[in-house]
Amino acid sequence: MKKHVWRPLWVVVVLVVIILLARWVYVPADFGVQDRGYTFGYHRLGNEKEWQAQTPRYQGNNYCADCHEEQTARLAGGSHLDFPCENCHSAAGEHPTKPEKLAIDRSRALCLRCHVKLFMPSSGRNTIPGIDPERHNGTGDCVDCHNPHKPNLEEM
Amino acid sequence: MKRRDFLKHAAVFVSGVSVSLSALELIDPKEVLAANPDLRWGFLVDTYKCVGCGFCVKGCKIENDIPLEANVTRTWVERYVMTKNGEVLMDSPRGAQDGYTSKLIDHGASGKKLASDKEIAQAFFVPKLCNQCSTPACVQVCPVGATYQTADGVVLVDRKWCIGCGYCIMGCPYGVRFFHPVEHVADKCTFCYHRISNGKTTACVQACAFGARQIGNLRDPNDPVAKVVMKQRVGVLRDEYGTKPNVYYIGLNEEVR
Amino acid sequence: MIEQVAQMVVHGEAWTIKDLFVLPNEYVYWSIQIVMYPYMTGLVAGAFVLSSLYHVFNVEKLKNIARYALVFSFALLPVAMLPLMLHLQQPLRGTHVLMTPHFTSAISAFGIVFMTYACIVGAEIWFVYRRFFVDSLVRLETKSGRSTIDSVLMFIYRVVVLGARDLSEEALQADHKAVKTLAGIGIPVACFLHGYAGFIFGSVKANALWMTPLMPVIFICSAVVSGIALCIVSYAIFMELRKWAARRGKHYLLPDAVANKELALDPEHLRSVQRHEVTMTSRYLLIFMTLALTLELLDIIFRGYTAVKSWDILRDVIYEHDFVKIFIMQYGIGNLLPFVLLLIPGLGVRRACLASLLVLFGVFMMRWNVVIGGQAFSLTFAGFMHYHLPIIPHDMETFKEGLMGALMVITAPFVIFYFLNMVIPAFMEEKEPH
Repeated sequence: MKKHVWRPLWVVVVLVVIILLARWVYVPADFGVQDRGYTFGYHRLGNEKEWQAQTPRYQGNNYCADCHEEQTARLAGGSHLDFPCENCHSAAGEHPTKPEKLAIDRSRALCLRCHVKLFMPSSGRNTIPGIDPERHNGTGDCVDCHNPHKPNLEEM
Repeated sequence: MKRRDFLKHAAVFVSGVSVSLSALELIDPKEVLAANPDLRWGFLVDTYKCVGCGFCVKGCKIENDIPLEANVTRTWVERYVMTKNGEVLMDSPRGAQDGYTSKLIDHGASGKKLASDKEIAQAFFVPKLCNQCSTPACVQVCPVGATYQTADGVVLVDRKWCIGCGYCIMGCPYGVRFFHPVEHVADKCTFCYHRISNGKTTACVQACAFGARQIGNLRDPNDPVAKVVMKQRVGVLRDEYGTKPNVYYIGLNEEVR
Repeated sequence: MIEQVAQMVVHGEAWTIKDLFVLPNEYVYWSIQIVMYPYMTGLVAGAFVLSSLYHVFNVEKLKNIARYALVFSFALLPVAMLPLMLHLQQPLRGTHVLMTPHFTSAISAFGIVFMTYACIVGAEIWFVYRRFFVDSLVRLETKSGRSTIDSVLMFIYRVVVLGARDLSEEALQADHKAVKTLAGIGIPVACFLHGYAGFIFGSVKANALWMTPLMPVIFICSAVVSGIALCIVSYAIFMELRKWAARRGKHYLLPDAVANKELALDPEHLRSVQRHEVTMTSRYLLIFMTLALTLELLDIIFRGYTAVKSWDILRDVIYEHDFVKIFIMQYGIGNLLPFVLLLIPGLGVRRACLASLLVLFGVFMMRWNVVIGGQAFSLTFAGFMHYHLPIIPHDMETFKEGLMGALMVITAPFVIFYFLNMVIPAFMEEKEPH
């Protein structure tokens, strides 16, 4: 047996060592098998924290009510009582600092999302008031007649 | 000669096999449960309550930086219209991010189809989002460990590690995954992990004025979602894939895909 | 982010047309490059199996084409990786597959299987050509007045020979044994390399068309078929080219002659060698073709007979939307026609080449019908997606994942082979048995 047949093997060994070394340097220390085992939990642990640290944009009705007491009180008794403020007033973010003023969506398209009459038996859509957008008030804005905080014309 | 060559090739495999041995260890469900016995995020959708306004979709996109003008979305709402002659019409134009404002069913390249009110037997909306499966097919197929499940059951994508091969997108039976148009990595619903981990509810639940969406802890017997899942007849989507989804539906029927 | 008013095209949208009910996130995410990937891997594996037929089973008649197939397989090797790199959304992170492999995924095996295979092919070439390396090195070292190309070659040979200059009878016998062993190990590894490419598709439970345990086997068989076919065609073309170039003295077309001016070519000799080898190889092509075709038909028949939930949409895809692509282009032109061509007695080089070209086309269509066909229907089973191959690129994405990208992948092995041929002459004929 001639010794030279081993030579390619040494090349391969060197290659493997290089890859293992690269691995050792390159792969973050917190990368490994976590709670859910190798199949479902093999990852960089730090990434969970990265996701958790993302800043929320929407703050919720209570956040609005904290300062805008008067305005939220006006909703009382109306059918939009529990409607999320930020759906029309846009995401609060860090308001009142960033942004200082929120862009309010008063468009007809926004109202139509819920209030186009669609025949949807066995769905919540059938239980809310709807219009035919082709026939009802041309293309005029809904807010010209309806108060979005108390949309029923009698309630206004 | 042969022995030596065998050794040579054994050496090639060394790096791989040493790592892959851990892959052969089967997961003991009890162990998994023990990892976090108190918290397992679950979701409840009430299809009777959904009105198809699409505020959840819009809210999700803004909250999670998915451009509104991109035709991909982490959550979407589907419309099902069943006619009296047995036809099932379905659509979800732009994921319903602008709501349903037309009676016309969007059939893509085949154009639009109208079902008149008289023909309709039943019609409803079905919101969809990631099922955060207990045995997620998408995680199993990730070649680099860039997508994973947290101890509390949420499947996340590591944006700094994803290579963008698209195998997880192919592996998901629910079509919830896509390539993020800006980040160029796989993206999916995270149950708003940044919100639920910090005491807030998800953006879609918060945007829903009708209570069609709820998120909760399936391990807490007093949790409203857990109670419904336990005491009422609820269904999950496509359980034939063995993925064990954790999004439960009230009012699901056979036609819902 | 919200300021970006213009329509934002997401990955896959540029070439996908949705019809009926398709989920919002569904696109043809795996496009032409994923068709090219199993195709190129198949060619690598097939070419290697052809070369192993000679080394392991001593099919003496395949001797010359075997050496050519081995070198060509080595030239194809890096190209098998190219489509993946062109397809990845984060190509620079491709090494993660080696850094943190997640072995529950079929793709993660790629790094290790591919490198193992590359090592085997590399080592086998080293043993086959060691004598040539040493001879050339000695010749160049003793040569006076070396040109630049001589110096470069000398450097390459000096590195490649790894200091093993022993050319004694005993040493050459050891080389010979090593080649045989490596070729023996190489066959299962080549099959594994390609079988796992099939597994990548076969194991996707979310895809009704892909999910079948037959997929890896079908892929292996069609890989061998396409590899052999490519060797026949390219061998014939190269031979023809060499004959022509040798007559006209166009040495730039003979890379090994450029590198090694002493190699003379005898056109008459070339012709007889080629005829013999091509007809011989065609017989093996027939055997593997029969196997591949049987399995593919079994798959379709089985799906139709069992007719599970997904069959309704699969039937629409197979018998309506993709009928021409599957039954005319793949089975008709790509399988049946070459089958007949190869079976008619009196097979000559030209007919064998024509048949092989058709086979190559057929296997390409098979890959296309699996990869694109598998994405032709929605997860809802109620909608379709039509794929439109971007022909004229208008941005990086439509270049990479369009006709141009595919052509680039097809041309690459020939460019590599040209330069490889300077160092490792694939058409070299040995005087005495190896």
